[in-house]
Amino acid sequence: MAQDAYEKISLDLNFQKLVRDRTTFSWILTAVMLVSYYTFILVIAFSPHWLGLPISTGSIITWGIPVGILLIILSMVITGVYVLRCNREYDERMSEIISRLNV
Amino acid sequence: MRKPSFWLSCVIVSMLPSAVFAGSADTLNIPAVSMFLIFVSGTLAITLWAARRTRTASDFYAAGGKITGFQNGLAIAGDYMSAASFLGLSGLVFASGFDGIIYSIGFLVGWPIILFLIAERLRNLGRFTFADAVSFRLQAIPIRSLSACGTLTVVLLYLIAQMVGAGKLIEVLFGFPYEFAVAVVGVLMISYVTFGGMIATTWVQIVKAILLLSGASFLAFAVLWEVDFSFERLFQSAVDSHASGSLILAPGQLISDPISAISLGLALMFGTAGLPHILMRFFTVPDAKEARKSVVFATGFVGYFYLLLFIIGFGAIFLVGANSNYLDANGMIIGGSNMAAIHLSQAVGGDLFLGFISAVAFATILAVVSGLTLAGASAISHDLYASVFCKEQPKDGSEIRVSRIATIALGLAAMILGLSFENQNVAYMVGLAFAIAASVNFPILFLSMYWKNLTTRGAFIGGFIGLISAVACVITGPTIWVSILGHAEPIFPYKHPALFSMSAAFISIYLFSIYDRSPHKSTEIKAFDNQFVQSIVGSIEEKSNRF
Repeated sequence: MAQDAYEKISLDLNFQKLVRDRTTFSWILTAVMLVSYYTFILVIAFSPHWLGLPISTGSIITWGIPVGILLIILSMVITGVYVLRCNREYDERMSEIISRLNV
Repeated sequence: MRKPSFWLSCVIVSMLPSAVFAGSADTLNIPAVSMFLIFVSGTLAITLWAARRTRTASDFYAAGGKITGFQNGLAIAGDYMSAASFLGLSGLVFASGFDGIIYSIGFLVGWPIILFLIAERLRNLGRFTFADAVSFRLQAIPIRSLSACGTLTVVLLYLIAQMVGAGKLIEVLFGFPYEFAVAVVGVLMISYVTFGGMIATTWVQIVKAILLLSGASFLAFAVLWEVDFSFERLFQSAVDSHASGSLILAPGQLISDPISAISLGLALMFGTAGLPHILMRFFTVPDAKEARKSVVFATGFVGYFYLLLFIIGFGAIFLVGANSNYLDANGMIIGGSNMAAIHLSQAVGGDLFLGFISAVAFATILAVVSGLTLAGASAISHDLYASVFCKEQPKDGSEIRVSRIATIALGLAAMILGLSFENQNVAYMVGLAFAIAASVNFPILFLSMYWKNLTTRGAFIGGFIGLISAVACVITGPTIWVSILGHAEPIFPYKHPALFSMSAAFISIYLFSIYDRSPHKSTEIKAFDNQFVQSIVGSIEEKSNRF
């Protein structure tokens, strides 16, 4: 019985479209995270003095500090973005599909 | 289970005051000990309450799936905010400034990746351990044996590091002897896990997370108060007081070459996604939606905590590092840089707040080792005993009995290892645990969900190659080969193996799957479609059972 249900769901065009949309969204956010973090790591690896430059003349604060804090805030914000979109859009589309297919 | 638990709690609580009198009056920290006793009594009451609610295997491993996303987020954050990260990272910022920030960022950026790629699918495919998800379409015996090896190595390495750290810390903070400290941690963690299972472990973790977040918030607030809430003044005072001057605001010596930087980055980011005690937490929530929520809360709490640690670390540079009360005759901080946050608590809040932070540090260790022990015990009872040894047909109640025995055995092993590693350098062990998690658990879990052509043989051989190469690289690398074994030159030149061991794992998993000629291959590939649907919509059977 479960076997039939799985097949029915996987053949549904709306389900396939939803999975495509959601997977694309996940991978875009993953890419944003990977690119920002590894840019940071590569700067540390190859040109660390960039992060030691002051953010403005006369300031003691270096670029490393705001960049580091921004990466932390980005991690927090991006997880929030993902969950908001899932809760508002994808969950609804999914429950529509499931109830229409009546599995 | 009520009577033995109650009896045990009485023994432990009555043991502590006797140790108080055993310690000499000037080394013993009375406010810290009293606050710790309050925490212990509270958590034992939680354990007693949890023991009455722990009836089935699902209660024991997964708190019956009744934890909410918010609670689980706090518990995950609690698992992650170990004493190593509280004292270690603030100490790293204290000692080398910006380098501490690099580490913290690495520890945090794994979380979004877990959310986008792993959390929901893991919840939909598994029940108690991450091996449930991996063996969904692959053969249980080899896959669970491999996962159990990965889990137990990670858990034991982590436990040794925590136990040794705990013993030393408690020795300094409370004035207890090292052996006694290790024994207290071991006995308490065994009682939480054996009697209260995941319910007790989760609630102990939540209580501790709230205490730690409040304590760290107060510390950071006090530091900002000192500098009139000006970051310019915070950094200026730190630079003025630190021997390295303005170099502390730039990447420094800790990450010396590009390969090490990249390798460390990989281990931190993907290791998180393979830590068994963290992955296990996703089964304590009712569904994928709550699993998703728990990552957002966890990321929020952990990120906030790391921001506090930066302020605490930089604050300690001028409030502790420039205060002769906290320095020894050579001008070095008493107890080493890991003590920075502890000294800071006394500098800004007096002895009572020092007692509170010390008790929180002890509580942190207890909660983290409990989570680790539970993860290790479930690998033994659920993966090895019930699935491999009993071929997935364990007798009623025997699985939960085995997991309790495994908890006691792991607890005893942790105590013995903690005692035998007392004077060893154990700092590399957490790094190695992350490298193994990133090279064994993460690749097989990730590929089982995302790569249709993964076969049992590929996962099994490739996973073991990842495990062996991570361990071999660390043993022959600078930390063990040169610093501990005393050889002149390392065979493997880098401190962090993840870049190499992860590549070895992924490449060999790919090759051994592609060239797999075993008869199971086609059924395993065919089963991917059903697995895929379930990973997205959840288990249909579980749904129809619920309604």
